[in-house]
Amino acid sequence: MSIQSVERYQMAQVFNRRTNKIVRLGIFVGIPLVLALLSSAWWYYTRSDWIRDVGPANAKVQPGGGFSHQLHVGGLKMDCRYCHNSVELSSSANIPPTQTCMGCHSQVLSKSTKLEFIRSSYAKDVPVQWNLVHDVPKFVYFNHSIHVAKGVGCSTCHGNLATMPVVYKTQALYMSWCLNCHRNPEQFLRPESEIYNPAWQPPADQIAQGLILKQKYNIRSKLQLTNCSICHR
Amino acid sequence: MSKESLDTQGTSGRSYWRSLEELSQTAEFRARLDREFPREAAEMRDPVSRRSFLKLMGASMALSSLVGCQFALKQPQEKIVPYVRQPEQVIPGRPLYFATSMAVQGYGIGLLAESHEGRPTKVDGNPDHPASLGSSDAWIQASVLTMYDPDRSQQILNAGKPATWADATAAIASAANAAADGLRIISEPTSSPSVVAAIAGLSGAKWYQYDALSNDNVANGANLAFDRVVNTIYAFEKASVVVALDSDFTHGSPTSIRYSCDFASTRRLENDSLSMSRLYVAEPSPSNTGTMADHRLPVKAGDIAPMAQAIAAALGVAGVTAPTLSESVTKWVTVAIADLKAAAGKSIVIAGESQPAAVHALVHAINASLSNVGKTVNYTEAVISGPTGVASLKALVDEINAGAVKMLVIADANIAYNAPADINVAEALKKVPTVVHLGIYNDETAALANWHINGAYYLESWGDLRAFDGTVSLQQPLIAPLYDGKTFLEVVAALAGNTTATAYELLTSYWKSVQGTKDYAFDKQWQISLHDGTVAQTTAATIKLTAKVGGEIPASGTGLELIFRPDPSLRDGSAANNGWLQEVPKPITKLVWDNTAQISFATAQKLGVKNEDVLELTYQGRSVKAPAYIVAGQVDDTIVVHLGFGRTQAGKVGTNVGFNSYALRGTETMWFGNGVEVKNTGVNYTLASTQEHFNLEGRDEDIYHTTTIAKLIEEKAHGEKGHKKHEIFSLFPAYDYSKGYQWGMSIDLNACNGCNACVVACQAENNIPVVGKDQIWRGREMQWIRIDTYFAGDSTNPSIYQQPIACMQCENAPCEIVCPVAATVHDEEGINNMVYNRCVGTKYCSNNCPYKVRRFNFFQYVDEETPSLKLQRNPDVTVRVRGVMEKCNYCLQRINESRIDADRENREIKDGEVITACQQACPSQAIVFGNINDKSSRVAKLKELDTKFTVLDSLNTKPRTSYMTKLTNPNIELSGKME
Repeated sequence: MSIQSVERYQMAQVFNRRTNKIVRLGIFVGIPLVLALLSSAWWYYTRSDWIRDVGPANAKVQPGGGFSHQLHVGGLKMDCRYCHNSVELSSSANIPPTQTCMGCHSQVLSKSTKLEFIRSSYAKDVPVQWNLVHDVPKFVYFNHSIHVAKGVGCSTCHGNLATMPVVYKTQALYMSWCLNCHRNPEQFLRPESEIYNPAWQPPADQIAQGLILKQKYNIRSKLQLTNCSICHR
Repeated sequence: MSKESLDTQGTSGRSYWRSLEELSQTAEFRARLDREFPREAAEMRDPVSRRSFLKLMGASMALSSLVGCQFALKQPQEKIVPYVRQPEQVIPGRPLYFATSMAVQGYGIGLLAESHEGRPTKVDGNPDHPASLGSSDAWIQASVLTMYDPDRSQQILNAGKPATWADATAAIASAANAAADGLRIISEPTSSPSVVAAIAGLSGAKWYQYDALSNDNVANGANLAFDRVVNTIYAFEKASVVVALDSDFTHGSPTSIRYSCDFASTRRLENDSLSMSRLYVAEPSPSNTGTMADHRLPVKAGDIAPMAQAIAAALGVAGVTAPTLSESVTKWVTVAIADLKAAAGKSIVIAGESQPAAVHALVHAINASLSNVGKTVNYTEAVISGPTGVASLKALVDEINAGAVKMLVIADANIAYNAPADINVAEALKKVPTVVHLGIYNDETAALANWHINGAYYLESWGDLRAFDGTVSLQQPLIAPLYDGKTFLEVVAALAGNTTATAYELLTSYWKSVQGTKDYAFDKQWQISLHDGTVAQTTAATIKLTAKVGGEIPASGTGLELIFRPDPSLRDGSAANNGWLQEVPKPITKLVWDNTAQISFATAQKLGVKNEDVLELTYQGRSVKAPAYIVAGQVDDTIVVHLGFGRTQAGKVGTNVGFNSYALRGTETMWFGNGVEVKNTGVNYTLASTQEHFNLEGRDEDIYHTTTIAKLIEEKAHGEKGHKKHEIFSLFPAYDYSKGYQWGMSIDLNACNGCNACVVACQAENNIPVVGKDQIWRGREMQWIRIDTYFAGDSTNPSIYQQPIACMQCENAPCEIVCPVAATVHDEEGINNMVYNRCVGTKYCSNNCPYKVRRFNFFQYVDEETPSLKLQRNPDVTVRVRGVMEKCNYCLQRINESRIDADRENREIKDGEVITACQQACPSQAIVFGNINDKSSRVAKLKELDTKFTVLDSLNTKPRTSYMTKLTNPNIELSGKME
């Protein structure tokens, strides 16, 4: 091959020298920036109140406008266990049957149009379908009875229901949140008399009180309470 | 491989072997051994089998696709649907248990059914019921799946078209009226007092009972001996010598659960006793009972009768002369006779259902001359009246052919499938103007009927049944009939013109009339009986009888003997559509999803047959094609075929699985006969057996311990310890397990007969999927507990050992250290947890598990789409998906429930409060579970015994499951030496 023919194939540089800078900038700044943006979007997405339906703004729409805990618990001072009657016996606290509603509402507000859906459920024998609010994954086996027996009050997880016209989540129910209490239950333990008090506030010396209660309730060690098999099976 | 190479290998080198291939170490076997999953092909073998596998989307299995996995930013909204009126006693989240009973060949087995918010999810034995004593078997455990089978018949059909119950009753009542004396009923045998009374009340009707596995031979034998049909009840717990003549009394019959329990109690050395019973078994092919024998003798089924004669003659039974027997049989019989004589009054001689009536009569006389009657052998009035065998079916068909039958009601009996081949049921049914079929499946017989009425399953029915000892137990429904099915009692009432009464009304009105009590007193008694599951004071009284010898002993024939046996899993085939039963590896052969022509090694060589060759069996002019399978311990010159397969209308799971051996059966040769011809077609048929899967290779001496009771006594006398103790240290720091609950298990190999009850119980409790034959062929079975079978000694009559193996919950668990995502970790109570949601499916844990107890979901095995199957699942156990590893976790859900209950009440869990599903099911109570830190617990005491050992002890895995050494009690006259 002659020199001439080589020259014929020589072309001008496709990329000029500035390109190197741009590429370096792209590698060392651009890609991390995009990654950071993506991961913070993911972080926000998975941690947002919206995704986990936390807070009054994310309250679910319930049949008949929903059951007002504000009215029944806050106003009428009804005990949680009047309706959630298996909370001390079973994993499930029990969503009350229509019959429980009708126990009062066959007499009280028996003509109210707002309660028409309850009366019709009772008359037609068709259950009311509520939208589930506090939902844990299917491989998590939460047991209400052991928590209320060991000094964990309703409002620790469910918030102050006495102030809620419609139930909403006050906690996102992350596993890290569960473990926080399973590791250091003294932060949240309350006396037996306060379990069903929706407005309970921890006293100033909660940790000291909690440690005493932990002894009293015979609560298992941190290691035992954080075994996988405690919640997963 | 030659016979010679087999035997030298067997006696010199290795002590245990699992298959004849292993014994001779064929190249194929070596190749398979090198891979953990024998056929690790990424794809399914051939497109045809994959297609047929995909078709099996029905009951209990599916390869569900990714349908339903839609992209969404938020989790789908779920609903809470509370009751409108909450039933009394129902607490959501806590199961309720109801006593009910299930019919097994017509006899009642008392059960406790677990109900979650109205769905029965599991059944177990009722501890107060004499036939179950709280345990169960694989058949009962699997029955709950049949209830939710999507292939069940869901509507009434008239000539194939949907009809209503009102139409049906009107048609039935008028047809019955018109038929007058021409009304015939054929059903499976039943002991139900209310049904018997209702049928007796039908004027002009005649009732036949037919069971393909009928024990008519037993009834006829009693008839010969006592001139009347009586019921024989054995007290195995009192017997120190048992001679079983072709009798598998611990497996597969209405009495087997009770007898397993009673017999195991004489084999267990729990309370430092050093005596155990001795079992002699003579049988053609190894049975579960045979594996427990101290002396097992393989003999042809036709050669059992001369042995019975020899025993009778030696014991001085009048009118019996001893026949000449071969040398080896004579020796065996002589030794057995000596033992029987020494244990007179404390022995049992029992003959199997398949032996002719004359043998049963001889056995009655033998037991009488040993003065066992009234001690270990008792007689009561018959619980099921009338013949239930082929004579009964033949009489009906003769009547039909004579034109005497105008209307035939068929209840449950699948006579179009399970009749012997020389009775043409299909042809006969065409001659009956009105045929009404009642059954839970639209099966072979339903297809030939004018009317098909979908039946109610036992968990949906009101009824009553009697146990083998006469005890009446009530059947109460756990759920309203899923498809509005009807019970036999309701159909019989409809025949009498009563078309509106419910089964409950019929049942209570019958019992009111029997007990003659007023409403209030009756109700009170009724509630108690329903609660207990048994009706007080209904156990049959024993009667005194004098036995005589009668009947003709059939001459033992020559040539190749064909033997019919109920399938160990499917029995008569009525539950062929049950995936759990199809997939549970059969005892001894470990085959799944098939039946075979079982053949001995020598006979196979003689005929030029090897495993998986398709044979054409011709018998009395009828022939079927069957794959051959060589079974160690089977007597030469026999072919054993199992009934229950080859269904043509079983449903999506059971149709066309295996071959139909009823097609070979004849009325004269219901159980065995001579002169079967065998032709090797040269075609190969792939069988799936789990026998060589999960082989704990090259570690034989460390797996299974066995010794004799004589040797144990000698060791004790010399103060020797049972087994060498290894001193091994771990590189990892030891964890302190001395506090709190520490769960452990002990399995008594002396009690286990390998009946599979634990395997299916575990499947029911832990939502374990069914995977199908092809997947099992690849070594992908999912059952968490398996029963390993080991053979030792000569291949013609080996000792057979059964060993249930599940996750050992090693304290130094090899699986945990290799998991890259910490999906398998130990908890404080010594259990190796499996965290499904962390698992990414590397399978390293399974590779590193020396016990091979981990199971991987290679596909989406669990059917998450069929609605009825969702109802069966245990809500306390996660349903696993594709790509995760799973394994036994000592029924963690049961431990958690008890721990929470105990903690709430501020107390400790009591010993015996947590029982695992396998332990609960085990009829011989071989499995004991509990807290090993509580030194007074039963399991802790068992672990202190010298006979305790752990599998692969030398690996220092420190398993929490330990075993009790298998002990045998051989007679030195036969064994020749103190082993």
